[in-house]
Amino acid sequence: MLDLLQNLGRRGLGVFERLGRASLLLVQILAGLHTLLPRPRLVIQQVFSVGVLSLVIIVVSGTFVGMVLGLQGYNTLVDFGAEESLGVVVALSLVRELGPVVTALLFAGRAGSALTAEIGLMKATEQLSALEMMAVDPVRRVLAPRFVAGFLSMPLLAAIFSAVGVLGGYFVGVGLLGVDEGAYWSQMQDKVDLYDDVYNGVIKSLAFGWVATWIAVFEGHDAVPTSEGVSRATTRTVVYTSLAVLGLDFVLTALMFGD
Amino acid sequence: MMSTRTTEIWVGVFVAAGLAALFMLAMKVSNLSALDEEDGFTIEARFEDASGLKVRSPVTMAGVRIGRVVAIEFDKQSLQAVVRMRIDRRYDTLPADSSASIYTAGLLGEKYVGLEPGAGADECEEAALEAELEGREPEPCEGGARVLRDGARIKITQGSLVLEKLIARFVSQFLESGGKKEAAQ
Repeated sequence: MLDLLQNLGRRGLGVFERLGRASLLLVQILAGLHTLLPRPRLVIQQVFSVGVLSLVIIVVSGTFVGMVLGLQGYNTLVDFGAEESLGVVVALSLVRELGPVVTALLFAGRAGSALTAEIGLMKATEQLSALEMMAVDPVRRVLAPRFVAGFLSMPLLAAIFSAVGVLGGYFVGVGLLGVDEGAYWSQMQDKVDLYDDVYNGVIKSLAFGWVATWIAVFEGHDAVPTSEGVSRATTRTVVYTSLAVLGLDFVLTALMFGD
Repeated sequence: MMSTRTTEIWVGVFVAAGLAALFMLAMKVSNLSALDEEDGFTIEARFEDASGLKVRSPVTMAGVRIGRVVAIEFDKQSLQAVVRMRIDRRYDTLPADSSASIYTAGLLGEKYVGLEPGAGADECEEAALEAELEGREPEPCEGGARVLRDGARIKITQGSLVLEKLIARFVSQFLESGGKKEAAQ
């Protein structure tokens, strides 16, 4: 019985310890941001590997999510004779929820895991220690550019996802199912609000980008420097990011659209 | 390893695509392009019943949206709902005697304010008409048709129709007529 309690206590302490280390790392990264200003190349390089290389998966899944929304929305709405509102359904669900959330989940799988594995391997092969030996701060040289790149790429990826999804819904709704083209766009423009919907979606994706890259960078930096440790850290990145994004999404939705 | 130049070009393409997507969401998907609400004038109407009307509900005339509801307040003196509407600056020639009603879009749709144009007749036109009928030269007259301006109030209004009230009226009428029939028998 006491063993059980001790076990529980040790795990709880472990969680708090990791949270504390993660916060400290975030503070270090933020404090090191100013050193990136004279060297934007570092960030550009990372935007390439985090953002550009995620483009294909984002565009493809955005198109298909939009097409599925178009099909499902049409089948439901046509029962009420309201298929003209298809544009509203597709655009609102994409801009408010699916765009930021699905992009963040894909981002965790595509970019977050890669970040963790890369940093973890750097640690395992003692590249980070080597940098430190050369009096280069690995947090500023390696972690900070990756963090900034992830944070900046997420909203762009989410916007591309939503835009492509709206077009996918358009192809299915207007092209295949015969919804009136004018109604699709005009109803959408009538009901989707720039501030309430689009801006809040962008804020959501910024928050997700922050959390997703933070977790990825921390897990890599905190990985046990063995091949098994790196593989575990990569798994943890994907799991924790997905959970954090979904939980955070509920909180943000309640704050933004609650009233 | 890709050359720095290629990498930077790709990042440029990515950022441009992201910004273009945001721009499309703003212009094509949301209502930014439709109406510039800042650029307009405010008019006011008092309704007996403004239930269902919301801030940002559309204001239409002849079925075309010309503005939005910006505020709905309760006036404790007249016990009426005061609805303030912002009308696009382009439509500054609405006759001052226009009337406002609260309608429902579709059977279950949202409420909106429909403006109906008044005759727009002003004293000058009436005087001119009179003069013409009497066969004399119309006197020169200052001032054109009276139009709705900033802060104007619409006097003729018709509030929203509440379904329960309508049903209650039908039921009471039905009961009344039924009672009369019974009395006649």
